[in-house]
Amino acid sequence: MTIAHLSRRTLLQAGAALAASTALPTFAHAQAATAGGRLIVAADSEPKNLNPAIVASNGVFFIASKVVETLAEASFSGKDGLSPRLATSWEGSADGKSVTFKLREGVKWHDGKPFTSADVAFSALKIWKPLQNLGRLVFANLEDVETPDDTTAIFKFSKPTPLQLIRNALPVVSSVVPKHVYEGSDINASPANVKLIGTGPFKFTEYKPGEYYRLTRNADYWNKGEPKLDEVIFRVLPDRAGAGAALEAEEIQLAAFSAVPLTDLSRISKVPGIKVISKGYEALTYQLVIEINHRRKELADVKVRQAIAHAIDKKFVVDTIFLGYAAASTGPVPKNAPEFYDPTVPTYAFDVAKANALLDEAGYKKGADGKRFALKLRPAPYFNETKQFGDYLRQALSAVGIDAQLVNADAAAHQKAVYTDHDFDLAIGPPVFRGDPAISTTILVQSGIPDGVPFSNQGGYASKELDDVIAKAAVTVDTAARTDLYKQFQKLVATDLPLINVAEWGFISVARDTVVNVSNNPRWAVSNWSDTTLKS
Amino acid sequence: MLLIVIILTFLLLESASGDAVDAYLLSIGGGDAIVAKSLRQSYGLDQSMLARLWLYFTSLAKLDLGWSVAFGRPVLDLILERLPNTLLLMGSATALSFGLGSALGIVAGAKPESIRDRTLSAVSLILYAIPSFWLGLVLSIVFAVQLRWLPTSGIETIASGKVGLARAADIARHLVLPVGTLALIYMALFIRVMRAGMAEAWQLDFVLFARSKGLSRTRIVLRHVARNALLPLVTMLGLQSAAMIGGSVVIESIFAIPGFGRLAQEAVSGRDAPLLMGIIVVSAVLVICVNLVVDLVYTALDPRVGASENRA
Repeated sequence: MTIAHLSRRTLLQAGAALAASTALPTFAHAQAATAGGRLIVAADSEPKNLNPAIVASNGVFFIASKVVETLAEASFSGKDGLSPRLATSWEGSADGKSVTFKLREGVKWHDGKPFTSADVAFSALKIWKPLQNLGRLVFANLEDVETPDDTTAIFKFSKPTPLQLIRNALPVVSSVVPKHVYEGSDINASPANVKLIGTGPFKFTEYKPGEYYRLTRNADYWNKGEPKLDEVIFRVLPDRAGAGAALEAEEIQLAAFSAVPLTDLSRISKVPGIKVISKGYEALTYQLVIEINHRRKELADVKVRQAIAHAIDKKFVVDTIFLGYAAASTGPVPKNAPEFYDPTVPTYAFDVAKANALLDEAGYKKGADGKRFALKLRPAPYFNETKQFGDYLRQALSAVGIDAQLVNADAAAHQKAVYTDHDFDLAIGPPVFRGDPAISTTILVQSGIPDGVPFSNQGGYASKELDDVIAKAAVTVDTAARTDLYKQFQKLVATDLPLINVAEWGFISVARDTVVNVSNNPRWAVSNWSDTTLKS
Repeated sequence: MLLIVIILTFLLLESASGDAVDAYLLSIGGGDAIVAKSLRQSYGLDQSMLARLWLYFTSLAKLDLGWSVAFGRPVLDLILERLPNTLLLMGSATALSFGLGSALGIVAGAKPESIRDRTLSAVSLILYAIPSFWLGLVLSIVFAVQLRWLPTSGIETIASGKVGLARAADIARHLVLPVGTLALIYMALFIRVMRAGMAEAWQLDFVLFARSKGLSRTRIVLRHVARNALLPLVTMLGLQSAAMIGGSVVIESIFAIPGFGRLAQEAVSGRDAPLLMGIIVVSAVLVICVNLVVDLVYTALDPRVGASENRA
């Protein structure tokens, strides 16, 4: 125990940072030069596998990104939107079949062993490509990683792989774990998947299931002078009202990922000493999408789909359901991805008369009861907002004579009903745009995806034209040409509406004013926090 | 009996749509078909239902509760980790509500239909009608957020390094709000049962006899009326134990206490069959034990109930 005589209460009474700077000599690692302090953060889930090299998900990154580093992180100002971490530079060959990474020198693992290119090669070939949920796609054609010296890793691909994709994917798929810890063992069952060993600014110190994760300062961090904090504690608070109360009572200093519900924000923003921040999630954009089952004959008609798009008042959705913390969507790529975003796609203004006319034209006249046909509508239960949008959509559709019957289920049941059994006509889903359309966006409309793949096209939509564009973009190495293809992709989706994009949103962080350097990159909540600090 | 419980639980979970793999893939934001298939294989979900049920029984016979797929840890470890918290929370809540409830029940039942009785009845009715999550949140806002007398949540101060008595005091402070919330709600039930039992006992002949003997009113209330009314209360306590061991999902979530109720809820949403069955088996065993204790208490309270006597 490094903090034997110091309770959180004493810390808080004296003001966290002040106490930290004066009363913390009991910390084994505390150094006079750093501001120090303990940052307590609300966490709502406890991933069973915390290894970000295997599970590239926000729930895992939230905690693990402070311990295990990626080759590069997202940045507001850096070249290509990246800031170098374990890699210092990257360069693609003209044929798209190799990418050379220069690695940082003088980096050490938390167990003291040096970090080398062998670790990168091992992570890529043994974990990212075969085991990681997103890496399986991004590194599908990775053949080999050559390591001519300790600080060079050359990725060799069997087919041309666009550097643009690799670059955009780096913050998500490139968590490097130590070869010497994992080699020769069953990687999926390694104890190091919970008790992480990385190169990051914080070491994984303690996990008490159901209570908290404790990360402590890595005194040997390669970036001298960082991290600023002595400890980061993720406190498990499953109840959302609990996170807000704990913030107000100064028991925690930060709640990210909208742990404080939207409806509480206007009240809590007025509490002195608390700030509400909507920045820092630009590269983690969630999209509110209506998934359509094209096996239904009515929905196979593009006029019906257009009518549904016209029936939705996106402004109302943004203002009332998201309380303004969202933006109306135009297509499958969000505005937060300026590299790809195309605003010139066909749009569908809120127009009930037009929607009715389109449905009449399609041959679905209103019956005596004012109804044209009935649909089964399944809103995903993962977010309050997806459920509320389900209620809204039912009303919006009834205004144009479509009788939508809501079917609510819990997460696992929804997942199976929509993505395996196809037991839906319309579903409401929250897919994520992960920096590049090829990572998790094209899969939403591409044909030929097997049953049971969550967040993919399970509506039976198939368009040769769209499939061709997606396939071509996947092997187009030239950045400008590839970007153009994705602009075409957006036009095709917005025209034919295999699904309907309604809104896009990022999360909200709520922090005490004492927390400094919050939200200073577009994936802040899942970045390394080495410059985050507490002031008195 | 236990066998039936296990089979029913298994079937119930089986009939819910979606399995552990669906739940897991969802939590990690998706995965492809090959990942899903290999996960199902490693969890044994590709085997038939009967084969899995048989496997469960054979390992249970060896006192092995199996492996939790949602947590990736042995079920027994998880249960042993959570059970003490729940027993502490629910045990103190039940003891407090039983003590206060029976005392207030005696006050109310000492003079049925008096103003005192009517007031207490009304209060208990109101308490009983309040949803626990609401009461929990209100108490937490008042005492933890506004007044800052108590912590908002958690079972103890994070990484405080406290040991011994200091740690016990710390845990006690954290338990005040959740225990208070639960106790207030349970108490209502005990007040009503005690009061009803006493009101009934007043009508009985032996009470009339005791009064004609010239015994003091206090003595009649405590020794004769209350003691008789205590029996249904103890029955109630036995029934309550089942709910007690199951924990309170709501209170454990609001106050972030890693307990049994929350574990059960996580097992259901993660479609974690081994964990849920482990929880049910352990709860069933505990309920049986508690009921045994209740039966023994009966013999102490009521000399007519004899442990050795053959009543057939």
